[in-house]
Amino acid sequence: MSSNVNLGLNNISAETHPLTWRYNKNNAQPILDLKTYESLEGYSALRKAIKEMAPADIQTLVKESNLRGRGGAGFPTGIKWSLIPMHENAGQKYLVCNADEMEPGTFKDRMLMENLPHQLVEAMIVSAYAIQATRAYIFLRGEYVLATERLNQAIEQAKAAGYLGENILGSGWNLDLHVHTGAGRYICGEETALINSLEGRRANPRSKPPFPQIAGLWGKPTIVNNVETLVNIPAIILRGAKWFRNLSQGKSTDAGTKLYGVSGRVKNPGLWELPIGSSAREILNLAGGLKDGLELKAWLPGGASTDFLLPEHLDLAMDYDTIGKAGSRMGTGLIMVLDNQHNLIAAVRNLEQFFARESCGWCTPCRDGLPWTVKVLEAIEKNQGQAGDIEFLEQMTRALGPGKTFCAHAPGAMEPLQSAIKYFRSEFEQGIKESPSL
Amino acid sequence: MMEKIIATDRYQFTAEDKAEIEHCLHHYDDSRAASIDALKIVQRRHGWVPDNAIAAIAEILGIPGSDIEGVATFYNRIYRQPVGRNVIAVCDSIGCFLVGFEEIYSALKKQLAIQPGQTTADNRFTLLPICCLGACDRGPVLMINDDTHFDVSVEKLDAVLEQYL
Ligand SMILES: Cc1cc2nc3c(=O)[nH]c(=O)nc-3n(C[C@H](O)[C@H](O)[C@H](O)COP(=O)(O)O)c2cc1C
Ligand code: SF4
Ligand code: FES
Repeated sequence: MSSNVNLGLNNISAETHPLTWRYNKNNAQPILDLKTYESLEGYSALRKAIKEMAPADIQTLVKESNLRGRGGAGFPTGIKWSLIPMHENAGQKYLVCNADEMEPGTFKDRMLMENLPHQLVEAMIVSAYAIQATRAYIFLRGEYVLATERLNQAIEQAKAAGYLGENILGSGWNLDLHVHTGAGRYICGEETALINSLEGRRANPRSKPPFPQIAGLWGKPTIVNNVETLVNIPAIILRGAKWFRNLSQGKSTDAGTKLYGVSGRVKNPGLWELPIGSSAREILNLAGGLKDGLELKAWLPGGASTDFLLPEHLDLAMDYDTIGKAGSRMGTGLIMVLDNQHNLIAAVRNLEQFFARESCGWCTPCRDGLPWTVKVLEAIEKNQGQAGDIEFLEQMTRALGPGKTFCAHAPGAMEPLQSAIKYFRSEFEQGIKESPSL
Repeated sequence: MMEKIIATDRYQFTAEDKAEIEHCLHHYDDSRAASIDALKIVQRRHGWVPDNAIAAIAEILGIPGSDIEGVATFYNRIYRQPVGRNVIAVCDSIGCFLVGFEEIYSALKKQLAIQPGQTTADNRFTLLPICCLGACDRGPVLMINDDTHFDVSVEKLDAVLEQYL
């Protein structure tokens, strides 16, 4: 087991912790066999969906639930689904689960898949039913060896029980679910690059429109959703949209719970399922705060591609709009903390090295601009920066910003850089060589 | 040591590998989609993907060899040159940076006397960087072959490496 989950939380139930309650009920052991999963309401959402609900009803319910995508962008799931053609001649449609989890700092989907594989399988079946897809894929990163094994096992068990395959629960509807393991590149997580990768191509993004809901995998209507997004769906079916909206307990206008986490030099790094909109301070407290002798300097709210925030922002609600208004993004919601003993410039250099290496190379500003950014940061880190370097970096944050590149990879790369310069300019200045002529 | 394989030699799949690639085709609505699966099957056999396997995969899938090569060279985890018996992939992303992966990376480079991308003279280890392994709360993290090692420290390195001959 890789992560510490819900350390310090009690009173965990299906009503309060839809994503992780089963794991807790099973004494923090993974649920790998069908019987145990079934004994914990497993596949009852599927039964209810198929016996009592039309696909359109589920779509309406998901829209009413106000569920927003947990892959990083927070796009409303119900709206995404409503774009999929539902008429009788819509032909082949696909559901794809984005399980590529490679956003640095993010370790939530791994937990969900390793410990609760049936939960994702059920979520995929119900969601495929809602859009009337007959083929579904879990696009899983190849490094998640244990998740691959456990998901495949869960799929076999679900097939044997009649939850997958032909004429599911007598509905006349068929679904084939396949785990596709990737071969590693961060860009595969971008949904159109993911589709290219699944088709066996280089994972360069595609231009949008057309959106995948209209022309996705093999040109057919396709829904791509993150693991955490999907596993909310069965609970919404069982308990309703109002219950889901109320899960945030008034902390946010967003709905549901969220898997939040903390990494960095804190006492108890880990993962917690909390009402969405819980504050960063609450989350950091669950992680025990920083290790003795360290002080919080800055934090990334949800992955490498989010802007730094400061200690003064800790009381903000961790939801899409609040963190957005503070000049960052909630992203994946897994916090990384920088303390006062970290070298900030080195951290930014590390971040940009990641983005430079993972650029897919398709468009010039990203392909050439990121390595250049790294070079300048390396110089500043060694106190070898030249006059004008900070202005150059600022120019890059504009040249690689939103709308300037083919996909959101390069703008994501600029988020930690621009906020680091904004909040810690003096540390950049210290890395610039004194000009001899002044 | 580089294993010499001349590209004009026809690549021979084992019957098992060929059957597995053909089976993969059933999972997709287009044969091209099995490219990555096929490359991985070949790599499992040799540790890397030899030149002449590219053409052989292309033939099974019915697509140009250049497309297979394009895919093979795009992805981080497909190797187009020989690697050692064991591949060490060290997470070098920011979560592990914050808990000191650089120290471990340096220790590995020194101990194995190689740089990232290289293989030890005895062919035992190849050292590579890898993106966030999704276990940042238990970093530093590294993978050796299919095994993930959490909470790695310089002190623990010997005990970890010992498991791989
Ligand atoms: C560079 C890049 C990498 C991404 N990586 C991931 C990822 O690893 N996992 C993920 O779920 N979404 C990732 N996304 C977001 C997806 O493009 C997409 O928005 C998401 O899968 C939609 O699912 P959701 O609506 O359920 O959030 C990435 C986006 C970009 C631009
Ligand atoms: S922004 Fe970067 S990752 Fe995105 S298409 Fe351009 S080169 Fe590729
Ligand atoms: S950054 Fe190393 S596992 Fe996430």
